[in-house]
Amino acid sequence: MSQVDTHSHTDHHDDHHDHGPAKGLKRWLFTTNHKDIGTMYLIFSLVMFMTGGAMAMVIRAELFQPGLQLVEPGFFNQMTTMHALIMVFGAVMPATVGLANWMIPIMIGAPDMALPRMNNWSFWILPFAFTMLLSTLIMPGGGPAGGWTMYPPLIQQTGVALPFLIFAIHMMGVSSIMGAINIVVTIMNMRAPGMTLLKMPLFVWTWLITAYLLVAVMPVLAGGVTMLLTDQYFGTTFFNAAGGGDPVMFQHIFWFFGHPEVYIMILPAFGIISEIIPTFSRKPLFGYESMVYATASIAFLSFIVWAHHMFTVGMPIAGQLFFMFSTMMIAVPTGVKVFNWISTMWRGAMTFETPMLFSLAFVFLFTIGGFSGLMLAIAPADFQYHDTYFVVAHFHYVLVPGAVFAIMAGVYYWLPKWTGNMYDETLGKVHFWMSTIFVNVLFFPQHFLGLAGMPRRIPDYATQFADFNMISSIGGFGFGLSQLLFIYVVIKCAKGGVKATDKVWDEPRGLEWTLSSPPPYHSFSVAPEIK
Amino acid sequence: MTQNTPQDNKALTLKLVVMTLAMFGFGFALVPLYSVFCEITGIRSAIVETDASQVIETPDIDREVTIEFVANRIAGAAWEFEPSVTKMKVHPGKLYSTTFFARNLLDRPITGLATPDIKPAAANKYFQKTECFCFTEQKFGASESRDMPVRFIIDPELPEHVDTVTLSYTFYSQTELASAAR
Repeated sequence: MSQVDTHSHTDHHDDHHDHGPAKGLKRWLFTTNHKDIGTMYLIFSLVMFMTGGAMAMVIRAELFQPGLQLVEPGFFNQMTTMHALIMVFGAVMPATVGLANWMIPIMIGAPDMALPRMNNWSFWILPFAFTMLLSTLIMPGGGPAGGWTMYPPLIQQTGVALPFLIFAIHMMGVSSIMGAINIVVTIMNMRAPGMTLLKMPLFVWTWLITAYLLVAVMPVLAGGVTMLLTDQYFGTTFFNAAGGGDPVMFQHIFWFFGHPEVYIMILPAFGIISEIIPTFSRKPLFGYESMVYATASIAFLSFIVWAHHMFTVGMPIAGQLFFMFSTMMIAVPTGVKVFNWISTMWRGAMTFETPMLFSLAFVFLFTIGGFSGLMLAIAPADFQYHDTYFVVAHFHYVLVPGAVFAIMAGVYYWLPKWTGNMYDETLGKVHFWMSTIFVNVLFFPQHFLGLAGMPRRIPDYATQFADFNMISSIGGFGFGLSQLLFIYVVIKCAKGGVKATDKVWDEPRGLEWTLSSPPPYHSFSVAPEIK
Repeated sequence: MTQNTPQDNKALTLKLVVMTLAMFGFGFALVPLYSVFCEITGIRSAIVETDASQVIETPDIDREVTIEFVANRIAGAAWEFEPSVTKMKVHPGKLYSTTFFARNLLDRPITGLATPDIKPAAANKYFQKTECFCFTEQKFGASESRDMPVRFIIDPELPEHVDTVTLSYTFYSQTELASAAR
């Protein structure tokens, strides 16, 4: 296996390869290198995470006390809508794509992604898409305020921002579909000799399945929002009863995309956790094959459960029962995963570095989110919980201490590999504990608010909800501030620190640890042999 | 495993692009599929005319079902639209008729279209209309008003637990539809 130093111009077989990164801005604009593109995705995602986070701070500040203090209700609704769109499409999804770009080629022993030019293109669409989306905030009438789910007819009251919202979503869709195609082709065609499918690291497996989900459902979302566009401007009546359409049909189309979408955000997180827990338990992953099959089952089931988001539209009993039971069935493969992670740790020689701490918090807190999901899956009970803060608490538990914690765990885990420097372990642990404590202060009281009947997406509320909202807001501010520490730790690590060894950790498994830290700009020009 | 053969990459990329386009089409295919599904399962009341000559009256005089009539206009519509009676007690298996009154408040002709809805949904397939103004477009001259007929029969097979059925119409004008689309 060739471990080419970035600066040595010897050991190359392929003359037309350039041997190191270009200089200056052009390196980033025109790069086709998976490591550069992965880095750009991750930085972009961090910027969006802070942008969406700032909007969350506006939301929590307004909800700190009952009554209207800081912002107009209309602007509040723009904040909730934009916060969700930015966090889903701008923070979580690009972060996992960034990790995929960085890690998949060096995990399967490939020199780069299969379609490097398309890789560049799929990243560079994103800044334009989000500039367009964010620009709606300064348009007359403001940004979209009808909720990220964009239900008609409410969303059609959006002013001039509507076409910008729709085209931004089209661009995000194009970007993620191209990213997904690239990942599938890379995994199917670029594996090193001997790397059979069932020898692939679990992160690669979860991303392969996620990429198929993306290809299957992002076009459906694109179709749905296109119908909104033509209904608004071209006289079609897909969702207008006056012309024989039905607004409820939008909800079906949206959630046919929307439910697989939540697994698009969480499956790569499962993959990251499945890499980290074995390393710090110093044991191979328990039940590797069952993990693969569980991931595939979750992906399959995600296509037949969508209407559990819309139990209250007036569905026949048979429909409610079908979607209720199929939803509950997802708990089985998810349970397999959780038990496998726990079994991996069983009698392992465990240590608790920052990535492991985040992974443990993930397993525990994601499971809480999973359980509240099961409560919501019970159709008769859902009539009480629907559109309340209980739903908000549920999906934030699976997305923040779920997907976001897993991404952070992955960043801490691979940061020494990327930069060649160890991050500051003490600060990492401080960041972990602050995040974990505040995320629970932030979201746990929202369960109580929801069960007590507080609706979501409201800027003002009845005074009986005051105390829990204040606690939640304090947790929100604390969680927001903790993330500044994360940025500091990452920048500090990128600038220098104790040199990391090639293996970084004690006994990590996988090809990425056979490369130097940081890895050469072009790695695995000669495929490694997998036994 | 061969590494990075451009032909392999091209073939697989092409397959995935086709899959993407197919799913984009599937999004639109959901529209007719949804209508068909709703009509087969009786979730949505089909605007289907029951042939009057096929209807055999077998009145079940021991059973009485309350039919409620509701008329809706979309906000800001220049219509008057209301049922002439709001409630009727009927025997299943017997033909009844009623009317809805509509007036064009504009001084120019307009065309209207009514969409029916039946609640509870379980009653959908037992509520048979042999004549209804919702079957066709309704043309109104300037300031014209008229009573529009509905003839219906409740199938005696109507489930026992249903004792009240609500028939509601929403009346749209094609002009409004055009302006709603802007």
